Amino acid sequence: MSIHVREITKSFGSYRALDSVSLDVPDGTLLALLGPSGSGKTTLLRIIAGLEFPDEGLIEEDGEDITERHARQREVGFVFQHYALFRHMSVFENIAFGLRVRKTPNDEVRRRVEELLHLVRLEGLGGRKPSQLSGGQRQRVALARALAIRPKILLLDEPFGALDAKVRVELRQWLRRLHDEIGMTSVFVTHDQEEAFELADRVVVMNHGKIEQNGTPDDVFDHPATPFVMDFLGNVNVYHGRVENGRAFWHGIPIDYPEYPHAQAREARVYLRPHELELSPPTAVANRLGTSLPASVLRVSRAGAITRVACQPHGSDQELHVDIPTETARHLQINLEPGAHVAITPRRARVFIPGPEYVI
Amino acid sequence: MPAKPTTTASSTPLSVALVAAAVGVVGLLIVVPLASVFYEAFARGTKAWWEALAHDPDTRHAIWLSLTVAPVAVAINTVFGVAAAWLVARFRFPGRSLLISFFDVPFSVSPVVAGLALVLIFGRQGLLGPTLAWLDWKIIFSWPGLVLATTFVTLPLVVRELIPVMESIGPEEEMAAVSLGASGWQVFWHVTLPNIRWALLHGIVLANARAMGEFGAVYVVSGHIAGATDTMPLRVEKLFQEYRQPASMAVASVLAGLALITLVAKFVIERRLEAESRELEAARSLADSLDHNNVEGAVA
Repeated sequence: MSIHVREITKSFGSYRALDSVSLDVPDGTLLALLGPSGSGKTTLLRIIAGLEFPDEGLIEEDGEDITERHARQREVGFVFQHYALFRHMSVFENIAFGLRVRKTPNDEVRRRVEELLHLVRLEGLGGRKPSQLSGGQRQRVALARALAIRPKILLLDEPFGALDAKVRVELRQWLRRLHDEIGMTSVFVTHDQEEAFELADRVVVMNHGKIEQNGTPDDVFDHPATPFVMDFLGNVNVYHGRVENGRAFWHGIPIDYPEYPHAQAREARVYLRPHELELSPPTAVANRLGTSLPASVLRVSRAGAITRVACQPHGSDQELHVDIPTETARHLQINLEPGAHVAITPRRARVFIPGPEYVI
Repeated sequence: MPAKPTTTASSTPLSVALVAAAVGVVGLLIVVPLASVFYEAFARGTKAWWEALAHDPDTRHAIWLSLTVAPVAVAINTVFGVAAAWLVARFRFPGRSLLISFFDVPFSVSPVVAGLALVLIFGRQGLLGPTLAWLDWKIIFSWPGLVLATTFVTLPLVVRELIPVMESIGPEEEMAAVSLGASGWQVFWHVTLPNIRWALLHGIVLANARAMGEFGAVYVVSGHIAGATDTMPLRVEKLFQEYRQPASMAVASVLAGLALITLVAKFVIERRLEAESRELEAARSLADSLDHNNVEGAVA
């Protein structure tokens, strides 16, 4: 089932949680709402679930307006952040709850619950209380409970937020496989970009109640639409430079920016991801050509397969972060240690001209 | 009664003196008077005690009245308490904190004043007097008045007990039930009520004890009519005034016995409550600490 969100606005008192947000979730998609806390992602999820109602705008399922429909009638499976399992009920009764309130016959309830316990790999734990389960098990019970009513849409609020790192990764992969099996339209909220990119077909980045970007993971990662997306997607080197005649300048190094062909110089911000910078031995030729930046190494830390190098360009007090594969670092003919001289070459950079006041 | 050892336990003269003082005050003000009530009540044997209770029709009626008024008042309180606590714990609205402080008015107002206020409204000369006379409803000096007065003085006990518990449990389980298709009643019976049951029972036990023992407000609205509107505490006082001390003590011992039962029930329930809140807290702090780690992990 597809979901269409049309210009939803929602305020809590004077705080605007969602500001005219529109979003399409095609049938069968696994979509991630990614953003920092307070970006409105959870509010949007709750509005889709019918747990909150928008001040303005519409929600449609397969083209049918369901804005006014109560959560009870929406046939939506919702997995809460801290699972919200019924603490006084057994695992079995938790999963059976949605069926029981629908007056499902007993033997059908039993069959369906057993089936779901098998699906979430919790066979034999039906008699336990939620307090006797680990975090990952509770999460799977919450999922089974949501799936029991055969919802048309599955919504998950920070589904892996309260789990430790190892369990999180396992459950993530498992959920992806489950989604591929069932093929249900699913939306989940997360503040963890890794989670969003690994799991989702589409990533929607939100900030301040608005959608900053909506695209496939590759799209969003490789072509961030706004400085916020760039910043949020992690570790980035920001440089305040200028742009003119179709070129931006980063520490004096020109970067093509055909979007601004004008002669009048403007302020611009240049963003470079640490893994998109290259290190090489400083050679006079490269320096003279102005294609690489001479710098000194400040710190080096090896994080497994990646070596992180903090550098300081000569004549600047800015710190630049460069990530290179440890394997490459080993063959680099530079002794990577504090004080060493290196040349930094950008492989790729993004230029943003700040301010919506930008008028030609 | 030795002091329970604590982390800083050392029997300094000061701590010994404080413990002795506490034991002395508790003994003098609570244990000895309570024991003497039972002693006086049973001084002439169990048979005399039973006869004092069972063979006096007015006393019988007083016991019967207390046993009917208190449960009704407690039932009203329970319904009101659950509804009010739910309202206050689940919704934010203007005047909410004012409403919460109003719940406490019965605690700060003298019961006698509360009784008088009820007479001023429901009495024959009162605000609603003519209407009630026209309807031929008798409230003051009769059973409904007793229930009203008792309900008034016990009003905060249930709601006050429930608000913190409902707030700490949070609305998420209820929302989960709604998203699974449960109706309002189904959510209440299957999710809300089981989660608050111990706090609710605690409130009910306290309200019942207070309702059984209420004197001031009931005194004013009852008119103190023997065999008609005398409840147990009023009966105790009347018998005492009539120099029928053994009979008075017999009724008093029933009230004191109820107090002891309340005490035991309260103790048992409080242990359950503590165990549940510990469980909740443990689950919370686990989730929070992991959350915290995740945020750090995402930033790093």
